[in-house]
Amino acid sequence: MPQGQLTGTRIREKRIAKRVRQADLALRVGISASYLNLIEHNKRRIGGKLLVAIAAELGAEPAALSEGAEAALISSLRAARVAFKGSSADLERTEEFAGRFPGWADVLARAHDRVGQLEHTVETLTDRLTHDPHLAATLHDVISMVTAIRSTAGILAETRGLEPEWRDRFHRNINEDAERLAQRSQALVAYLDGAGESTADVAAPQDELDSFLAALDWHVPALEGLKPKDVAQDIIAQILAQAQPLQSEAGRFLAREWLQSYALEAAELPLQQVQDWVQDNAPDPVQLAAHFGVSVPVAMRRLAALPEAQAGPHGAMGMVSCDASGTLVFRKPLEGFALPRFGAACPLWPLFAALSQPHVPLRRLVRQVGRDAQQFWAFALAAPATSVGYNTPPVFQAHMLLVPALSQAEQNAKAQDMGVSCRICPASRCAVRREPSILADGF
Amino acid sequence: MGKRVLVIEDEPNIIEAINFILSRDGWGVDTHSNGHDAVDVVLAKAPNLVILDVMLPGRSGYDILKDLRAHPQTAQLPVLMLTARGQNKDRDMAQRLGASRFMTKPFSNAEVLEALRSLVPQ
Repeated sequence: MPQGQLTGTRIREKRIAKRVRQADLALRVGISASYLNLIEHNKRRIGGKLLVAIAAELGAEPAALSEGAEAALISSLRAARVAFKGSSADLERTEEFAGRFPGWADVLARAHDRVGQLEHTVETLTDRLTHDPHLAATLHDVISMVTAIRSTAGILAETRGLEPEWRDRFHRNINEDAERLAQRSQALVAYLDGAGESTADVAAPQDELDSFLAALDWHVPALEGLKPKDVAQDIIAQILAQAQPLQSEAGRFLAREWLQSYALEAAELPLQQVQDWVQDNAPDPVQLAAHFGVSVPVAMRRLAALPEAQAGPHGAMGMVSCDASGTLVFRKPLEGFALPRFGAACPLWPLFAALSQPHVPLRRLVRQVGRDAQQFWAFALAAPATSVGYNTPPVFQAHMLLVPALSQAEQNAKAQDMGVSCRICPASRCAVRREPSILADGF
Repeated sequence: MGKRVLVIEDEPNIIEAINFILSRDGWGVDTHSNGHDAVDVVLAKAPNLVILDVMLPGRSGYDILKDLRAHPQTAQLPVLMLTARGQNKDRDMAQRLGASRFMTKPFSNAEVLEALRSLVPQ
């Protein structure tokens, strides 16, 4: 079926292929020939019993006449209309519009999709320029080297009778700075190239860890099924040696810590047990923890470690953790719930509410405001990240597991609105906004 | 006795270049390269002028300037702020905290000398 073809057009093609006259088909299904003509030219919507009757007369499945490219087009047009809240376009007439002007409808739908892609790119770039401490530090280094070179070159050019030992020293300084400048410039270019493609080289240690975990899909089969005493450092060393995204010692350190923790938790709660459990139970980390006698953060991490194919009816789950300062220290993204790559996240996340109520598990239905908002169950808990000692208050980490809300009832229920981070949040009224958003009107 | 300047900057080759230029111009030069104890060093050295970088290891130049302005011994001390960022908000921040001059990197040697001479006439 050609891309963009609509139900009426398909009915017409099928009828002509069957050599059935329009008037005869109309008579058989109990409508006028002129009405069928309107349907075939996509000027009237069709569905329900009439579609079933026409499909039966033409020897076709109703779905074959109504699904596919048309559904995608209509869905895209509806999303485009919803994105512009002040528009006077009638949402109820979306299908009629697509039927009467299929070419223009296709242009509008593609433009809407393109705007979405560009917004995402700008979000990424602005997020980096505004909040990326690594980028700020690198630029500072580059400008400092340029300053040193300019000042030293000025001395060499402007100082008459400069003593040979000073001259040699300044030549050496310029050479050193030029070499460092070249290295930093190359690193900066490689780093900035990462804005457009998530697989590009990265340089910050946390970035390296995120890329490393994404490449593993947050799941390490080689570390599953080991006993605690068997957690072999050589397996971890082997994984690290083959890890392309890990470029720095700091990145390898973070990855080693993560793998060691993963191996211990895999021994404590084998993934097969988690996989079996989610087949018959909702992926609730508190219930999972109680059932298997593990801590809730461990239950959350084991649920988040399930690959898509083994995660049961809810599919893969997302997870994010922060330390007591609110800094995100672990990210497993989930489609529909964006996580900021740099800077602070939205303070409305249950993750941060959990920090103020340690040991109290929170369960909230949430959604991120913006285009095509989906709803998720967010399970959050703050728990000690350090071992308990006398007269020593523990340092807490908070964790939030994100599970897609699948049922229609869950999708229709009232969810708590929240954003990604203020700079890229489209919410117009928010009591906890830190700074204006770049996604204001006109963008 | 010549006037003394304290350069608080973490880039060694900038320190060396500034040190050379100012020494040849008749200044007595002391240098320091971290933010942690910069205020103590200023109080101990009691220079006639401070050249202060904004981004320093340990503590920002803005925080150091704020402390200097709060201390009676250094409240009126001329301070030339250096920064790699030239945005208006940085300039505003420096002025609000009491910087005597604000200079954006990269600068020329002549600009530095002119700024110092205007702040502390020889």
